[in-house]
Amino acid sequence: MKKQLFALLFALVPFTALAAAEAHLPYSMTPDLEDKASLQRGMQLYVNYCMGCHSLEHQRFARAAEDLGMPQDLVEENLIFSSDLAFNDQMRIAMSKEDAENWLGAAPPDLTLRSRVRGTDWIYSYLLSFYKDPERPTGVNNAVFDLVAMPNVLEPLQGVQEMVCAQSDHPVGDAELDPLTGKYQSCEVLQVTEPGQMEPAEFEEAVYDLTNFLAYVGEPSKLQAQTLAPKVLIFIFIFGVLAYLLKREYWRDIH
Amino acid sequence: MGNPNRVKAESGFMRWVDDRFPATQMWQDHLSKYYAPKNFNFWYFFGSLALLVLVNQILTGVWLTMSYNPTAEGAFASVEYIMRDVEYGWLIRYMHSTGASAFFVVVYLHMFRGLLYGSYKAPRELVWIFGMTIYLSLMAEAFMGYLLPWGQMSYWGAQVIISLFSAIPVVGAELTQWIRGDYLISGITLNRFFALHVVALPIVILALVVLHLIALHEVGSNNPDGIEIKDKKDETGKPLDGIPFHPYYTVKDLFGVAVFLFVFCVVIFYFPEGGGYFLEKPNFEPSDPLKTPDHIAPVWYFTPFYAILRAVTFSLFGLDSKFWGVVLMGAAIAILFVLPWLDRSPVRSMRYKGWFSRIMLALFAVSFVILGVLGVLPATGGRTLVAQICTAVYFAFFLLMPIYTRLEKTKPVPERVTG
Repeated sequence: MKKQLFALLFALVPFTALAAAEAHLPYSMTPDLEDKASLQRGMQLYVNYCMGCHSLEHQRFARAAEDLGMPQDLVEENLIFSSDLAFNDQMRIAMSKEDAENWLGAAPPDLTLRSRVRGTDWIYSYLLSFYKDPERPTGVNNAVFDLVAMPNVLEPLQGVQEMVCAQSDHPVGDAELDPLTGKYQSCEVLQVTEPGQMEPAEFEEAVYDLTNFLAYVGEPSKLQAQTLAPKVLIFIFIFGVLAYLLKREYWRDIH
Repeated sequence: MGNPNRVKAESGFMRWVDDRFPATQMWQDHLSKYYAPKNFNFWYFFGSLALLVLVNQILTGVWLTMSYNPTAEGAFASVEYIMRDVEYGWLIRYMHSTGASAFFVVVYLHMFRGLLYGSYKAPRELVWIFGMTIYLSLMAEAFMGYLLPWGQMSYWGAQVIISLFSAIPVVGAELTQWIRGDYLISGITLNRFFALHVVALPIVILALVVLHLIALHEVGSNNPDGIEIKDKKDETGKPLDGIPFHPYYTVKDLFGVAVFLFVFCVVIFYFPEGGGYFLEKPNFEPSDPLKTPDHIAPVWYFTPFYAILRAVTFSLFGLDSKFWGVVLMGAAIAILFVLPWLDRSPVRSMRYKGWFSRIMLALFAVSFVILGVLGVLPATGGRTLVAQICTAVYFAFFLLMPIYTRLEKTKPVPERVTG
């Protein structure tokens, strides 16, 4: 049985092992879908700061309310701002795609599945990597997404971040880790120079919550899958043991 | 008139049925009195598992079509609708998408078993050819199914593969347009792929599976020793080393099913994207004919052949490298069909073949895996060279087979199966 399990697992190894080659990102985060408070804060940030331009056209308010444990009246009062949208609607935006293209040059993408396209590490790093760049039309650039068209909408919370020469705990560009200090020395380090409403650590928490929410939105069924999985696997395991015993009983007389 | 010698039940309802339909006869022919060698090992689980996955694909597929919308405007959104708004839709969809990869995993292992024990050799040539036709149909089925979610990789993957036909001289351009039904991949292509994926190809595959099994049951199963159990029978005419498929192998396969389902469910529940290889990341973005993804790679089960295609980098006889790549890729699959006539060894099983056969099979298997890995990665000079070497090994395994199987020294084959 061990041999058979091994062989089956082995058959799948080459494909998962290949997945490791990802781009170099300054930050990483692990989504925690069990942390309902974080997801609720993330949704609050999303509807306040992102949903002016970015829709979640496959995600319903009602589904989020149910999965995140929020009562309908609270959601309707605090999270649905448009009179065109009802509790059961998808999280659409008022701006049409044509208008967006005319006004902004390119329509801001729908973000429902962004966490599955880019990965949560990318979103997390991207949101933390805006810095002041007077040469850009929006006044900011992004270390993860060069020449980004989006302004830093979270600036009131984060404050103004600038690119300076300093040491950093996080990987910066191609800078190598200094083995003595355990830090990266670079002239592309991002530092907050004008404080916002939040302390840097507090802001990272907020961005974590926002990214966590987008991870949830990318695959709401993950919560269901995680509850269902142990039951299914235990059932199959017991079935397997019984099938093995049955096989052994039948095969007793075969030599 | 039916055959008067048919086995019939003594009385009762089954007798009533047997007078009208050969139910008892068929049950005996294919299950309770189908004698299979008693020494099947690990490798023999994958035939029944392939059947299980086929049933899984058909059932989940039927349920997916209930909510899927086969139009360029609605396809992508309808898949997300299934993932979110349909009760257990996510589970049905993941069972189907993971099932596609699982199908190729078990089919590749099933085919390797055939190579290992010479299951393609006389008198089982037709079993092998029906099997290869199933494999070919399965590739078409999977390719067309992959267009249906209408994501970026669906669109551009189909674009790359269909454009291969344009490499054919003279008729290429016309042919490509005929397949697409449009000047580019569009809703028209999506509609016809949906029809072929959901109606035409499943019928073909099911029919071929029936033929594969009838041919198998006509000649009997091979075994790890590659000897005929029918040669040694007891006084009642039963093979001494044979046991009835039912109940012995039905209960054994039931255990195989449990192990398979355990692994399958771990993937479905915890890793449905298969590390980006079962569901590719760019496919979570709706298709956009104006935006080509940075790197287009076919799904993993096609990549060995894709690597062979890309391994050809030179023109020949005034035809460009793309054409010869397509020819070589086609040949890589076509050559499998004539395998029964390439193997001239007096023995079937690798257990009694010589070292040459063993080394060639090992090299072949390693090359196939390396080609699979290379097909996923962007091509570079060094990788192309490796792909060319592996392609040469792939073809050498087949083309040199008539020579090395005849020249090498084989071991004596046992009288009875050895377990």
